[in-house]
Amino acid sequence: MDDSARRDAFFSGVTAILPILLGVFPFGVIVGVAAVEAGLDPVQAIAMSPIVFAGAAQLAAVDLIARDAAPVVIVLTALVINARLAMYSASLAPSLRGLGAWPKALGSYLLTDQAFAVSVAHFQRTDDDLGGRAAYYFGSAIPLWMTWQVSSVLGVVIGSGVPPEWSLDFAIPLVFMALLFPAVKDRGTRLAAVVAGLAAVALIGLPLNLGLLAAAMLGISAGVISEVTR
Amino acid sequence: MTSHSPLLLWALIGSIGLGTWLIRLSFLALLDRVERVPPALGRVLRLIPAAVIAALVLPALTHATGEFDLGTDRFAAGVIAAVVAWQTRSVLATISMGMGALWSLQALGWLG
Repeated sequence: MDDSARRDAFFSGVTAILPILLGVFPFGVIVGVAAVEAGLDPVQAIAMSPIVFAGAAQLAAVDLIARDAAPVVIVLTALVINARLAMYSASLAPSLRGLGAWPKALGSYLLTDQAFAVSVAHFQRTDDDLGGRAAYYFGSAIPLWMTWQVSSVLGVVIGSGVPPEWSLDFAIPLVFMALLFPAVKDRGTRLAAVVAGLAAVALIGLPLNLGLLAAAMLGISAGVISEVTR
Repeated sequence: MTSHSPLLLWALIGSIGLGTWLIRLSFLALLDRVERVPPALGRVLRLIPAAVIAALVLPALTHATGEFDLGTDRFAAGVIAAVVAWQTRSVLATISMGMGALWSLQALGWLG
């Protein structure tokens, strides 16, 4: 694939992620506001977004920091929430096999729910070569990174000035909702989603946010069983 | 406000950041050493996004107040947003209709 085809692939990725950024922006603002309200100094609150770059984990960690939770519980909770990224890493790996060490290290750092969802959907539809797939992936991942940094800095600057009655945090489940339906493609994925969703509601009281992972495992098991036994 | 020291907070942020990067790198680095993903693993991986995303969404709607409650503005707005997401597959439409529904329901004040 030549340079202009790669550039096209990159901008296809950018185009695919653009509407999603509108949902990411308020999320980043909320995380920035929450970090300041938890008592992080502005430098820490701003630095957290490039260092961690994972919204749900940042939000959970900041919430626990505000409540003076034990340090090991804070770290464990954030990493448990982010364990799903290992699943995305495995799903993307076959499409990005052969990529150099540095692009892979950088691409890993940029891996998010949204870039993963957009890229995997694209890789299933097209037969680009490795260069094209990598360009598309970075095209979807980089604008999200920039949006996250800008929006969370804005949140830190605003601090506690966002009126809670705007309910901007509701944009978070709305983003996930929009990502859910394209992920449900057939009987197996439908069963996995239904079982995992209901189990997550039932297991919400589990400590350390383990409910999310336990529910996901139950949903995946249900999907596997339905596919193997049919 | 936290009473953890600034140094501890830096250590927390750094640990979560490093751990998260290693999680992200995991299979992208490992799978170069194997020829292909085994079929059983492939089957599991294909189901993961639907399961994880559903597990992230549903509790946010059913436990909007912290307790289980289906009589909230957020649950009702979430149902409306789900229909929009299902029909349009559009992130923008889902967010704008979902937020619009939430603000309308809050203004009406029928629910909690």
